[in-house]
Amino acid sequence: MFTKFLSRKQQDPENLSKVYIPSRREFLKIGSLATGGFLLGVNFQCSGPKGDPISFAPNAYLILDSDNQVTLIAHRSEMGTGIRTSLPMIIADELGADWAKVKIIQAEGDNEKYGDQNTDGSYSVRMFFEPMRQAGAIARLMLINAAAGKWEVDPSECRTEKGQVIHSDGKTADFGELIEELKNQEIPKSEDVKLKNLKDYKLIGKDVPIYDAKDIAIGKAVFGADVDIPGMQIAVIRRSPVIGAKVVSFSDEKALAISGVSRVIKIDGQGIPTGLDKALEGIAVLADNTWAAIQGRKALEVEWDLGPNQTYDSARQLEEMVKSTLTNGQIRREKGDFSNAQRKAKTVLERSFVAPYYAHATMEPPVAIANWKADFCEIWAPTQHPQWARTAVATALGIPEEQVRVNVTLLGGGFGRKSKPDFVVEAALLSKATEGPVRVQWTREDDIHHDFYHSLSAQRIKVTLDDEGKFSGWNHHTVFPAIGATSTPDELHPSDGELGLGCIDFPFEVPNIRIETHESRAHTRIGWLRSVSNIHHSFAVNGMLDEIAEARNMDPVDMLLDLLGEDRNISFEGEMKGTFGNYGEPIEKFPWNTGRLKNVIRRVAQEANWKESLAQGKNIGFAAHKSFLTYVACIVEVDKGANGELLIPNVHYVVDCGVPVNTDRIRSQFEGGAQFATSLATTSAISFENGQVQQNNFDGYQVIRMSQSPRNIHVHIMDSTEKPTGVGEPPVPPFIPALCNAVYKMTGKRIYELPIKI
Amino acid sequence: MEKYSLRINNKVHEISAESEMPLLWAIRDLVGLKGTKFGCGQGLCGACTVLLDGSPIRSCSFQLSEVGDNATITTIEGLSDKGDHPVQQAWIKHVVPQCGYCQSGQILSAVALLGSNPTPSDEQIDTAMNGNICRCGTYNRIKEAIHTASISLK
Ligand code: FES
Ligand code: FES
Repeated sequence: MFTKFLSRKQQDPENLSKVYIPSRREFLKIGSLATGGFLLGVNFQCSGPKGDPISFAPNAYLILDSDNQVTLIAHRSEMGTGIRTSLPMIIADELGADWAKVKIIQAEGDNEKYGDQNTDGSYSVRMFFEPMRQAGAIARLMLINAAAGKWEVDPSECRTEKGQVIHSDGKTADFGELIEELKNQEIPKSEDVKLKNLKDYKLIGKDVPIYDAKDIAIGKAVFGADVDIPGMQIAVIRRSPVIGAKVVSFSDEKALAISGVSRVIKIDGQGIPTGLDKALEGIAVLADNTWAAIQGRKALEVEWDLGPNQTYDSARQLEEMVKSTLTNGQIRREKGDFSNAQRKAKTVLERSFVAPYYAHATMEPPVAIANWKADFCEIWAPTQHPQWARTAVATALGIPEEQVRVNVTLLGGGFGRKSKPDFVVEAALLSKATEGPVRVQWTREDDIHHDFYHSLSAQRIKVTLDDEGKFSGWNHHTVFPAIGATSTPDELHPSDGELGLGCIDFPFEVPNIRIETHESRAHTRIGWLRSVSNIHHSFAVNGMLDEIAEARNMDPVDMLLDLLGEDRNISFEGEMKGTFGNYGEPIEKFPWNTGRLKNVIRRVAQEANWKESLAQGKNIGFAAHKSFLTYVACIVEVDKGANGELLIPNVHYVVDCGVPVNTDRIRSQFEGGAQFATSLATTSAISFENGQVQQNNFDGYQVIRMSQSPRNIHVHIMDSTEKPTGVGEPPVPPFIPALCNAVYKMTGKRIYELPIKI
Repeated sequence: MEKYSLRINNKVHEISAESEMPLLWAIRDLVGLKGTKFGCGQGLCGACTVLLDGSPIRSCSFQLSEVGDNATITTIEGLSDKGDHPVQQAWIKHVVPQCGYCQSGQILSAVALLGSNPTPSDEQIDTAMNGNICRCGTYNRIKEAIHTASISLK
């Protein structure tokens, strides 16, 4: 979905994630396999860019074998969220398959076959819940019809369970026994296809272990770097140390003298703008093993023209950004008259918030394998977006997409980094140049130095309270280099998409609201990191709200409940200067409901014993934040350790993500989200001097270790029959301010700058 | 180039490599066992952890010349024949992995910890596991799984 944050002009949010239910004929294709199995091709792609249905070739989503094995295709990338388990599980449950006999295979990147495969924006479950159920229901009906025909009974007397069709008189048939009959089945009429009731599901709504757990535990799971091709060369690249830097000259003599090093090849970068899907300028050293390539790179001698960013200093830019928030910006949302509220105010609170650049630091550094042979390029890569990788490779090599195949391995973490195919393009270019298989291996230093960073940011929030102490005005200034600037340097303001992440969607009943943005330039590659600009927006907004509650002598939980007003759907009508993206969903379909946020707030207060704990003097902080259409409230408790270090004994989360699909993976995403957010809030920051990143590895760019992790993370999932929404990103935004608010309780000092210094 | 015989998972592998080559790359690139992962190359993250005579080492920062002739190396693939080492079972039971990339290192560190301290406290687990980063945030389940494995190893 983040493609729509690229540019305010380019975006067309509604169209990206609408589920298009095709006609029966398009929807299904049945056939037999050479192996004797039965194949059901189900199509459930999204609408095209203009809302027109795109015709896709039906694809094999479900293969039934005579030995009762059901093979399902996972078409989204697995980076740790459990999606490779959760989507096939929906089909299996609707079908009544025996989960123990389900095999999952990973789809290649193919737009025609699979529709949208961009695993990003926490939308896989949201987008595919219904289509997956439909697919399962069609297959179930066909199996039932096949069995009923064989038994000469009425199909309505049959059901499926654990891989069998069962007749009311007790007759059973394994799915695998019905293959012959299936082949003669008509495609069911749509009115006959009925989805199960939520309460009848055996897997959906339960804890289902991930499919790959055992393979991971025994070291068999295949990640990007684990793919081996005979004769493969390993490439390690010295990339431009400053964005836009160009190679003036280089000497490969010493590198080639290293045993194992075979070639040194220059990769031409396109300079500024770098774009999101191009290789950076660099010199690649190819060798027959990774170590030799790393040594060879050390021995390279390169002279750079560092270009316009060589004087870039992030601390200085941040100062300028902070200053800009004192001026009038571009108004992006306006309700009432903030200036008037300010004139009449009894109290004005004004606070400035800053947050640094962050790197993704996925545990698996970027890596990709390409094998160029006879004008065809085959790729293996841990990519979140195989189709973008395919297009980017085809463009870079100047060949049609049909001559590129992208195989998706498991991803050792993604968090948005591995949507960008720059590293895949590098492998493709080198493979073509050498006409043989190449693995491009990024080191951790490469990863920290050449990421697509989460923007540094400055915000200023001005709040007015009237004579009666009522909250009368909210003026939020936000400034950060936009993602779009990585491709279009003249995009100086954040896009509507980026503002829709926790800024212009400020949901509270305040009569006067003005939201402004300011200009800033990108001097590095800016990308999206788990929850994107929600990270800094929620930090500022929820920190400020806590302060307002204090100024008004109110409990922050009570204040938020009060500010959310009646339970209702809100639409910000007439207030937005641009488009309100609503995460790509029409607001009628996924309304902004204040009642749902209030419910998670009330429940978290209850689960964490909020009032009692406060009375006992516990250092607890609270925040609530809706993102990616999922409603979350969070209470964090902090303490000081023996050596003055920050401890987080307890975290309570309440999440309303609609119908919970895989409760174990919802919990694991929140556990992981709390830990990820702890890193952002307390240990991690990227800075630039002379245009170069100052951190190198996990010593300088720190992420939390076990002893720094929150001790107990309690995740409470709301029962719901609403449409399911994602959980990969929503845990991050509310955690950071809840932690800051708790730290304030402990130290008496408000947090206006991340990472927190204690 | 030197010749080395590496005894990995009870099998001897003859390789030739530079003596400074870290064991990690020998295991991955030359022997072809891919369960041991590269995370930082500087001894900072633990993804490359293997057991050398039962003790955990960071194979990315351990040169071939330091391995020693009679040393036995255990990687994740050699921890058990059927993937049923109590620590692996505990990992599966608690569904510890998210992306899974750090987990072979985590498991081997946990095995080493339980080998020297069969009933570790939370604090002892923190100390023993602090060298293993998990970016996905599975620390809490790792801890639970170590306690579970500790009980089943008794
Ligand atoms: S790769 Fe060896 S400690 Fe990180
Ligand atoms: S499970 Fe992904 S890094 Fe640990």
